[in-house]
Amino acid sequence: MEYEPVIGLEVHAQLKTDSKLFCGCSTRFGKEPNANTCPVCLGMPGVLPVLNRKVVQYTVMMGLATNCRIAGESIFARKNYFYPDLPKGYQISQYEAPICEDGWVEIKANGEARRIGITRIHMEEDAGKLVHEGAFDSSHSSFVDLNRACVPLMEIVSEPDIRSPEEAGAYMRKLRDIVIYLGICDGNMEEGSLRCDANISIRPRGSDTFGTRAEIKNMNSFRFLQAALEYEFERQVDLIRDDGHVVQETRLFDSNRGVTSSMRSKEEAHDYRYFPEPDLVPLRIGPDWVEQVRQSLPESRDEKIGRYVGEMKLSEYDAQVLTSDPVTARFFENVVRGGAKPKAASNWVMGEFMRLVKEAGVEAAKITPEQVAHIIMLVETQAISGSAAKAVFEQVFDTGQDPDRVVKEQGLAQVSDEGAIREEVQRVLDDHPDDVARFRAGKQKVLGFLVGQVMKATKGKANPKLVNEILRELLSK
Amino acid sequence: MKLYNKTIHDLHEDLKEGRVSSTRITEDVFQRIDDVDDQVRAYLTLTRESAMESADEADERYRKGDFLGQLDGIPMAVKDIFMTDGVKTTCGSKILENFIAPYDGTVVAKVKDSGAVITGKVNMDEFAMGSSNENSGFFPTHNPWNTDMVPGGSSGGSASSVAAGEAICALGTDTGGSIRQPASHCGVVGMKPTYGRVSRYGVIAFASSLDQVGPLTRDVRDCAILLKAIAGHDPADSTSAKIPVPDYPSLLTGDVEGMRVGLPEEYFGEGLDPEVEELVRAAVTILEKRGMKPVPISLPSTRYAVATYYIIAPAEASSNLARYDGVRYGVRYPEAKGLMEMYKKTRSQGFGVEVQRRIMLGTFALSAGYYDAYYGKAQRVRTMIRREMDEAFSKVDVLLAPTAPTAAFPIGDRVDDPLRMYLSDVFTIPVNIAGVAGISVPCGLSSEGLPVGVQLIGPSFKEETLLNVAYAYEQERGEFPECPL
Repeated sequence: MEYEPVIGLEVHAQLKTDSKLFCGCSTRFGKEPNANTCPVCLGMPGVLPVLNRKVVQYTVMMGLATNCRIAGESIFARKNYFYPDLPKGYQISQYEAPICEDGWVEIKANGEARRIGITRIHMEEDAGKLVHEGAFDSSHSSFVDLNRACVPLMEIVSEPDIRSPEEAGAYMRKLRDIVIYLGICDGNMEEGSLRCDANISIRPRGSDTFGTRAEIKNMNSFRFLQAALEYEFERQVDLIRDDGHVVQETRLFDSNRGVTSSMRSKEEAHDYRYFPEPDLVPLRIGPDWVEQVRQSLPESRDEKIGRYVGEMKLSEYDAQVLTSDPVTARFFENVVRGGAKPKAASNWVMGEFMRLVKEAGVEAAKITPEQVAHIIMLVETQAISGSAAKAVFEQVFDTGQDPDRVVKEQGLAQVSDEGAIREEVQRVLDDHPDDVARFRAGKQKVLGFLVGQVMKATKGKANPKLVNEILRELLSK
Repeated sequence: MKLYNKTIHDLHEDLKEGRVSSTRITEDVFQRIDDVDDQVRAYLTLTRESAMESADEADERYRKGDFLGQLDGIPMAVKDIFMTDGVKTTCGSKILENFIAPYDGTVVAKVKDSGAVITGKVNMDEFAMGSSNENSGFFPTHNPWNTDMVPGGSSGGSASSVAAGEAICALGTDTGGSIRQPASHCGVVGMKPTYGRVSRYGVIAFASSLDQVGPLTRDVRDCAILLKAIAGHDPADSTSAKIPVPDYPSLLTGDVEGMRVGLPEEYFGEGLDPEVEELVRAAVTILEKRGMKPVPISLPSTRYAVATYYIIAPAEASSNLARYDGVRYGVRYPEAKGLMEMYKKTRSQGFGVEVQRRIMLGTFALSAGYYDAYYGKAQRVRTMIRREMDEAFSKVDVLLAPTAPTAAFPIGDRVDDPLRMYLSDVFTIPVNIAGVAGISVPCGLSSEGLPVGVQLIGPSFKEETLLNVAYAYEQERGEFPECPL
């Protein structure tokens, strides 16, 4: 019998707000332990939470971007459990009445478009971090760092609509694109600003029943997500084929060994004793505000790709590359806005710009989109040659200097003086009689070499079109 | 009259006229504490030094004529449930025995800003769970009227300190009667305002949806003064109401002519001590003399209030008290071998019997499979009780009932019988469940010479009405006997 996996993902996205979910502490990463704390996020006696409005706005943005219904009234709930990184002994989350419900996103996997349902999206606070002294199994003490405690998270729960590890990866990448384009989350899985747990069960292909599921944790990259699900699918298939059965449990993925192993059984699962958070009033959101947020939603990656291909006549591939992150896309669009033709802008951004960014990092880029547009204009008006333009681009990239100034200072202005070029061409022809003979004997390729020699002699400044014309003219004599 | 036995408003007049200094009053109160607190045991922590500094500052302001209001320079006791910056704040629990609060709660900050002189932190039932102060993690407080008796609880230290002249007024909290019941037992005025009237920020939480801060004072005017100082919206407490605070003291006219006072029959039934009933009914007659009309009324859901309370309050408490885990502050069991043992030993040794009982009750009530039958149902009954109360206030202006079924009982009498102890609050609990306001005013002495209070209950955010009826009653009642201590 052939089996198929049934997968649902629970994704946690850390929201990029300045302050925490329920207090005014900074969310900035990398401070010394417990520097970003106050009585509220330390869980001191007597403190009360105050909801961060920005978190609500960001979550509503996500809900709208994933076609969810935004609840007019939602409530917070306490999830109770003991752990040293959880200062209050409960996490403030949402349970029965989340802020967003019933949405979907469209993914493409194996060339096929599919809709994955979103069950719900809710807000909750993060816990702190434990640092164990010495080796884990022989550690005598642990340190608690509560900088991360109360940092806002958004949990996105999918329907069990995912049918393969590839689809899970595509879904995850789709969510990443959405949060990054909304500007509400870094989307960095390795650093943990985007995290994911998976529920997976198997069933005979075509069946509409559900098998017993296992929950998989600790998959902190797209690659590990797929690897863990592939392993777990095979494990469950093997179990069933051997007349065994899948146990409902939580399993941990070990990325070194590429396997999942049991963490805790259903019997050991916590009873979180959820109940409505009495320290917060129900969150009421008016339709006007939701509409306002909807109007302010930035263009999504899919919309951009559609526009680049449709309006700008770029290839699907170029559109994909240019939108791989919103910073590049914005840069590209500003080059176009600066007067460059989309195709030329695309070539320069995907070529020189992305190459230099890759080498030196985006922080090193001093060049503005307007400068790129200007350099493109210089090439198009034949004020500089293509190769000179690359040199100008590189210098402006490094220094941010005015391209015109760079052209002038380096003497890169293209020579379009026919007499001067004719002189140079003649000199090259005189210096290379053998090559001239070979061209005349029919070796067309030699022309390129001769053009190169002229360009070299003029330090790239000669107008290549003119060089070509004059070369052909003199050679045909 | 001794300075320590005077009211806020009288002392304020004296201070204003320069007849006395805050330093004198404060010294007098501390002298009184030195004289009687070994019998009453109201205080857990004295803040003598900072109090004398505050008194000095108040005197300076009075000298310049720019005093901060009627509370300026007045010695005040603060229940140990309030976070008080730099001062030991235990909530009556061993688990916080060594805990110095790192910030001032909103109410403490407000009374400090009003110039009040904080004399110290007073005793209470551990985490406000109790009706006799016998659940204090440290020692029981005694009733100043008869030191063999309990002062009531959980704000027993607050009530007894005011009754014994160990403070001019006090701050308390009331989750199921914790201000009104000890006020009744100690012969002082005690008010639980409407839920949301006073900020809970910096009040160590027992049951978040029921807890409310309120004043304990010598008379109704003082109560109005103190309530005015502490009430109002607080951005740090999302459950505090954005409703303007009336100037309560100036609204005390004593004119209640034609107002209707409802007498809910369910509050005058089984379990009510006949002597208490007689004194409370006499209070109705006094209000009638002022032109109020008694109206018989029925609140049938009252009988479910105690059961509802003992689901909701422990459920919230089980969660609120989870933070006392020995990890970040408070007492930690030192020799634990691992995390689980640290949690278990810290909490079973740090918490007293009653607190542990309620954590167990609440944990059970919220457990998977029991939630709907207990917590869910309790919330539905709560809605019913609230509606019934709201409906009653469409017919009457205030309700009148006993505060407690009996006068103060002997220390040790009910410690082994939690159910009987819980019934001490049978008449006060419905007010918290409904979220409305209630006040206890002394209405007489029992044959044993113990004070008895009458409870007036008013609609949400109508404290001014409630205070005015209480004020009219107090005027007509006349001077209340002084505590014999």
